[in-house]
Amino acid sequence: MLAASIATLAAVTLASPWVHRLTARARVNLSGPLLAVAPAAWFVWFALKLPGVAGGEPIDQRIAWAPGLGLDLAFRLDGLSLLFALLVTGVGALVVLYSGAYMKGHARHARFYPYLFGFMTSMLGLVLSDNIILLFCFWELTSITSYLLIGFDHERLAARKGALQALLTTGIGGLAMLAGLVMLGVVSGSWNMSEIAGHGAGIVADPLYIPIIVLIFAGCFTKSAQFPFHYWLPSAMEAPSPVSAYLHSSTMVKAGVFLLARLTPTLGSAEWNTTLAVVGGFTMLFAAYLATRQTMYKKLLAYSTVSSLGIMVMLIGLGEPLAAMVYLLAHAMFKGALFLVAGIVTHETHVKDVEELGGLARAMPFTMIAAVIAAASMAGVPPLAGFVGKEMLIVSGLEAGDRSLIVTIAAVAAGLLTVYISWMTAFRPFFGHKPDGLSGAKEAPPTMWVGPLVLSLLTIVVGVAPALFAEDVVTGAASSIERVAHHAGEAAHGGHGEGGGHDGESGGHHLAAFDLLYLSLGLMLSIGAIVGGTLLYFGRVAWRKLNAPLIHLDRIGPDVLYQKSLDATLAFGLLQTRLLQNGYLRIYTRVTILVMLFLSGWALIRAWPGTRLEADIFDVQPIEGILILLVIASTVAVTMFYSRMATIIALGVVGYAVGLVFVMFGAPDVAMTQFAIEALTVIIFVLVIYHLPRFSTFSNRFSKAIDIALATVFGAFMALLTLIASSFDLPHADRVSNYFSEYAATKAYGHNIVNVILVDFRALDTLGEITVLAIAAVGVLTLLTIRDHRRWGVMGRSASDLESANAANAGLESPDDDAHSATEGGGP
Amino acid sequence: MNSLILQTATKFLLPLILLFSAVVLLRGHNQPGGGFVGGLLAATAFALYSMSFGTARARAVFPADPTTILGIGLLIAMVSGLIGIFAGEAFMNGHWTAFSLPGIGMIKLGTPMLFDVGVYLVVVSVTLIMIFTLEEEA
Repeated sequence: MLAASIATLAAVTLASPWVHRLTARARVNLSGPLLAVAPAAWFVWFALKLPGVAGGEPIDQRIAWAPGLGLDLAFRLDGLSLLFALLVTGVGALVVLYSGAYMKGHARHARFYPYLFGFMTSMLGLVLSDNIILLFCFWELTSITSYLLIGFDHERLAARKGALQALLTTGIGGLAMLAGLVMLGVVSGSWNMSEIAGHGAGIVADPLYIPIIVLIFAGCFTKSAQFPFHYWLPSAMEAPSPVSAYLHSSTMVKAGVFLLARLTPTLGSAEWNTTLAVVGGFTMLFAAYLATRQTMYKKLLAYSTVSSLGIMVMLIGLGEPLAAMVYLLAHAMFKGALFLVAGIVTHETHVKDVEELGGLARAMPFTMIAAVIAAASMAGVPPLAGFVGKEMLIVSGLEAGDRSLIVTIAAVAAGLLTVYISWMTAFRPFFGHKPDGLSGAKEAPPTMWVGPLVLSLLTIVVGVAPALFAEDVVTGAASSIERVAHHAGEAAHGGHGEGGGHDGESGGHHLAAFDLLYLSLGLMLSIGAIVGGTLLYFGRVAWRKLNAPLIHLDRIGPDVLYQKSLDATLAFGLLQTRLLQNGYLRIYTRVTILVMLFLSGWALIRAWPGTRLEADIFDVQPIEGILILLVIASTVAVTMFYSRMATIIALGVVGYAVGLVFVMFGAPDVAMTQFAIEALTVIIFVLVIYHLPRFSTFSNRFSKAIDIALATVFGAFMALLTLIASSFDLPHADRVSNYFSEYAATKAYGHNIVNVILVDFRALDTLGEITVLAIAAVGVLTLLTIRDHRRWGVMGRSASDLESANAANAGLESPDDDAHSATEGGGP
Repeated sequence: MNSLILQTATKFLLPLILLFSAVVLLRGHNQPGGGFVGGLLAATAFALYSMSFGTARARAVFPADPTTILGIGLLIAMVSGLIGIFAGEAFMNGHWTAFSLPGIGMIKLGTPMLFDVGVYLVVVSVTLIMIFTLEEEA
């Protein structure tokens, strides 16, 4: 059934444009609610699985794909993937409902749904995958669908740039991660995570361990926007708000956290934990600080999301999976709601800057309620879910052993800044003085505010009555992280190292069972953070003035670095193409020959001691001698003649002489082909040269000397190679030729072994060769019939032809660039 | 080129060379020859014709557009391989039939021969595409 969930969503992806087109005619836009049924239904199904899975019985499904390679479509539903599956389907349903109204009137509304559902399918596949290669495929699919969604308003340059930035950053990280995953699979001997988990200790001890985790970190940190890869998330705010709410706060960006949580029991170690804690902690604080410099509604939320992701990563690194899962759940609810609210406000008022908003409470009551609750949850106000998450964060900091001071300070500071963000996003737009421009703003249609409202109400429910379902969800998630470690047998280095004993009581861990001292200290710190954040909000003008000079540091920030690397890569590509693909055939030939010479020559020199050379070069018959002299003389003549015709004829003589050599050695087929080819080559050469402009020389002396030297050396080298090869005493070298000569007559009914090999034994090769011939012919045809008339000048064209050609080309770029315009200026 | 001698000779040579190229194609399986050489010979015949009478007339004498013949040749080569698949074996497996014609004797036909015909057509059209295009575009 797990694969079925992915399959049905994929089917909805394909069908959604038509569903939209059919329902969009109605007065009320039904496509949103209609399409939201599918994810909602799966949400219910997953929710029903909660008791069993959270109780410790994961659901497995395996479809054979390439059994010989050990690759299966393996799916697994355990606590962690159940939590994520609920988020993907639940938040997804609300977002689909929301986008029905949000995207109304958009020209490409029909196209939005397949992109959105495509993402939903990929994300669900990602969290349900047990096979690491399958997971990677879904990982990349989420990157691609995210690219399409961020750049949905592709007429805007900012949207395109943001989409590309996200794609490149997560894509490069993903590629690195693939290398890490492959290494992981090879080292552990299996491609399924449930089996890899059993080899945890062996992997940690393996010399490849550090490369593996570095590469996997690359993938997870880019996906989850950890420092220094955080810069793509604010740029991704160019996406429509439903996309921001769904992908860039609730689901996609958490994929990195998901994978880290999944792999922690297996790959956990001191290095693993420390890296996660440090990177996560720094991101948490830094991003929260960066958020205070923003006033754009969605950018505030974006930086806040980065900070929250840092919190989750840090908590995993500190060995507190339960805290991480609680925070993750709370975050999904309040951040999703806030993003949807931001979308509503900007949709109704068309104002994006929070400082230009105000007093909308009366006009948008439902939105306001949702916003206030969600923001309060974010700020950590009891008894909301966010409060529980905050508390667990601070308590984790206090229990962090010898690092507890710095972790707690960082957590409290980040909390303080987050409170500030809560005030900015929920208080500022809805209360206070209402600018005149907003007098026409009214409440959004119900399909838009029902989403954030539901999420906010859930926040209350989870905070007040966790035992209802939330507790099961998060403990199931956390324990599936720990339970895997238990199955691994020995004391895992895992996420338990620093947290001490209290993680041991994994299964029955209730959200309320805290050490009383820590609880009270944590509570006080929390209240302190709320107070501090409030003060910061009311003094924000001064704060911004204080931080204004720091804007100059942006010049060395990761965003600028990204842009510079992109520009540098493109510039390098241009330079390399100009150098290597300059359009001069003789440069191509020279480079090819040189490279081949060096590589094979180097190999030959290294293998020289073991080679034998048996060749009596003076054992020549008179007729052979004459032919050899003929070949050599003609070759020399080719290089020395000034008349082009004479050169071509000398080339033809070389060809015919070689054909005669074939005749002498008893290869009539090859000889006939050689003669025919030589005749045609001479004809074609004459045709080409006859019509070229009259240059005095084709190449200067220096160039000629290089070519002669290169050709001679290469020819000598190939001769040497052939002689060495024929001196080799390979025991079974004639096995193939014996087979052919034996069976040509009997099995293939032919006595001409050469031809039988060509059309019967090796017919597939011949098929490939004639295809190549066909491609070459088409290439010649197109290159000759599409020509830039300006470059080729007066070749055989009349004046009137030239004028019309020039008029047609008047709109093209100037002919001053170096690149060979025949290849780029070209035709229509 | 307006050489009367060449033109007269070409009028006779063209059918002869074409006939010869067909012979070379068909005898390839048991004697020196085959699709490649046969195709080159046929192309040479038409190249000679185009040099004597001009490319326009050569194109007219050639049965169809060389590009079309190119496609047909590739298609025939592929189909000859598919016959093996329809018989339930691997791609490119050879199949032979033999029958006797009164007065001529045993005739053996097989998929490798069909493949050779495909090769022949491809080689002819490739060469002619190059030669005709070079002559016309210059």
